[in-house]
Amino acid sequence: MSLKTSPRTIDTPNRPLSQGRPRQTLRDRYGDRAFNIVATSILLLSILAVVYPLYFIVIASVSDPNAVYEGKVWLFPSGVTTEGYERIFADSRIWNGLGNTVIYTVLGTAISVSTILCGAYALSRKDMPGRKILMLLFVITMFFDGGLITKYLVVRDLGMLDTVWAVVLPGAVGVWNLIIARSFFEHTIPNELREAAQMDGATDFKFFFQMVLPLSKPLIMLMIMVHVVAHWNSFFDALIFLNDDSKYPLQLVLRNILIQSDVSSTGTTGGDIASYAAAQRIAELTKYAMIVVSSLPLMIALPFMQKHFTKGAMIGAVK
Amino acid sequence: MSRTIPARRGRPVAAPSPQAKNSLSLRLKRIFRAWQLYVLLAPAIIYILVFKYWPMYGVQIAFKNYNPVDGFTDSPWVGLTHFIRFMNSYQFGQVVGNTLWIAVLGLLVAFPIPIILALLVNQLQSERFKKFTQTVLYSPAFISTVVVVGIMFVVLSPRSGLVNNAIQLGGGEPIFFMGSAEWFRPIYVISDVWQNAGFSMIVYLAALAAIDPALHDAAKVDGASKLQRIRHIDLPGIMPVVTILFILAIGNLLNVGFEKALLMQTPLNLSTSEIIQTYVYHAGLQQAQFSYSAAIGLFNSLLNLALLLVFNTIARRANQATLW
Repeated sequence: MSLKTSPRTIDTPNRPLSQGRPRQTLRDRYGDRAFNIVATSILLLSILAVVYPLYFIVIASVSDPNAVYEGKVWLFPSGVTTEGYERIFADSRIWNGLGNTVIYTVLGTAISVSTILCGAYALSRKDMPGRKILMLLFVITMFFDGGLITKYLVVRDLGMLDTVWAVVLPGAVGVWNLIIARSFFEHTIPNELREAAQMDGATDFKFFFQMVLPLSKPLIMLMIMVHVVAHWNSFFDALIFLNDDSKYPLQLVLRNILIQSDVSSTGTTGGDIASYAAAQRIAELTKYAMIVVSSLPLMIALPFMQKHFTKGAMIGAVK
Repeated sequence: MSRTIPARRGRPVAAPSPQAKNSLSLRLKRIFRAWQLYVLLAPAIIYILVFKYWPMYGVQIAFKNYNPVDGFTDSPWVGLTHFIRFMNSYQFGQVVGNTLWIAVLGLLVAFPIPIILALLVNQLQSERFKKFTQTVLYSPAFISTVVVVGIMFVVLSPRSGLVNNAIQLGGGEPIFFMGSAEWFRPIYVISDVWQNAGFSMIVYLAALAAIDPALHDAAKVDGASKLQRIRHIDLPGIMPVVTILFILAIGNLLNVGFEKALLMQTPLNLSTSEIIQTYVYHAGLQQAQFSYSAAIGLFNSLLNLALLLVFNTIARRANQATLW
């Protein structure tokens, strides 16, 4: 299952084999070349389709809003301004939302990752009586759930509405993540290791915390990243469970400004149509800047996270 | 001498027979010995009991008239009233139709594209370009739904948006994309592909990497072209993964993208953007019709489960990989 297995390593040592390819006719080689050209162009176009909108947002966020409005910004920013960013950094809602998001992300990730790691390890132990039934208990919830309304009522009955718990607890354990963690433990922690440790008198707790966890760093990294990204980006639980807007996470603040076009803090003092239009354009500018600021942290972390996510996809595929 | 007989009889106690092993006391002993494992599992179990099974128990309010005083258990039964009301309401056809539309359209367009991308990326010669393509294509998966929809609103804005500027440059009339019912579905599906195709591609790439390179070498010796190798080696090689992901996609058919649909809704596109789940949200949480909307949610879940069972059975009949 290693991504690194390159086909080339196989035919390099025995050159005679490659001489035995007379059937690779000229037409086939042109066919392959045509294929390469078509494939590369499709991929380049896809890359462009992904990158250009993001690039445009970045240049629009530092351009003169009038130039963007008139459609003069295509490849380079025009009339550079940082006003959009200044307005964001002066907006207390953004800072407050960011602070909330950091709290929810740290707390939520800590709860989710520790619950998943402990639970998945127990479920990975074939000698735990009742393992199959307990696992089934989790798997059932993948195929049937109580739905939005009853979840809301349960959270309300628990008295969690408008508290941080409503944001970090209801989605804490994803069964899919639990399965990935369990199969990681099953594949990387050899039984012999546990038997040896038990021989030396290690209890299950001791073995788990002192042997298993240090051996599971890639899994722990993956789980942390999955949950950090999920919490950073989530808005829906906050939307339904929180009423008090001082508790809103960043994404919910963004939704209200970007999508609901809540312009209350952009400083429109009314007056004539010209100043209203100008305020509108500044509001648009702020939106571009806001998209950049809110996505930047994850985009910067992405190259660092990529390795772990690719591994995660592979653990998932092994299952 | 008389002692030998009781001693022989006593032997099975010292070395327990298979039947004795299964006895209750031994089983209890084994359970007791594993108590630390149960402690490790306890938080996760408590979690699903509280946040998964309690709501599941609460689903009974779909057949009741829920009121907060009586709670899930004691609210009065009303049978299928809520289901009948939903099916007779004028929204029923529209909401179910909209849900199926974007679900099926999404599946037809968004499911094959990651597979095609993976097959193409896998054929690239340069490892660096391969890696670069992967990273770029999957980066939008890390952008939040809120921001993706925010991008739609600014890029598709009728007055200052990028797309409409391009249209006007070409001499066309600006289109109010986010405010028109007929544009909701295309935008929904295209943005879905834009955001998720690259990430879904990773699983297929992992499956492709697991294919024995010797197969490709043998085919090359036999003069197979790249297209032929994709068709006869790569595709069959990833078919089990494709089947499983397809069944999973079917199982989630009516659930996916609810948050995005909700965010994309404007008063002007409701006739196509109101799907079952957003309707549940509006009727249930905004208008507090808990029982009625729980019934609609249950209808959605059951429809979903039925689809999953049907497709899993079809896959099994066709001797393909199945979920169980």
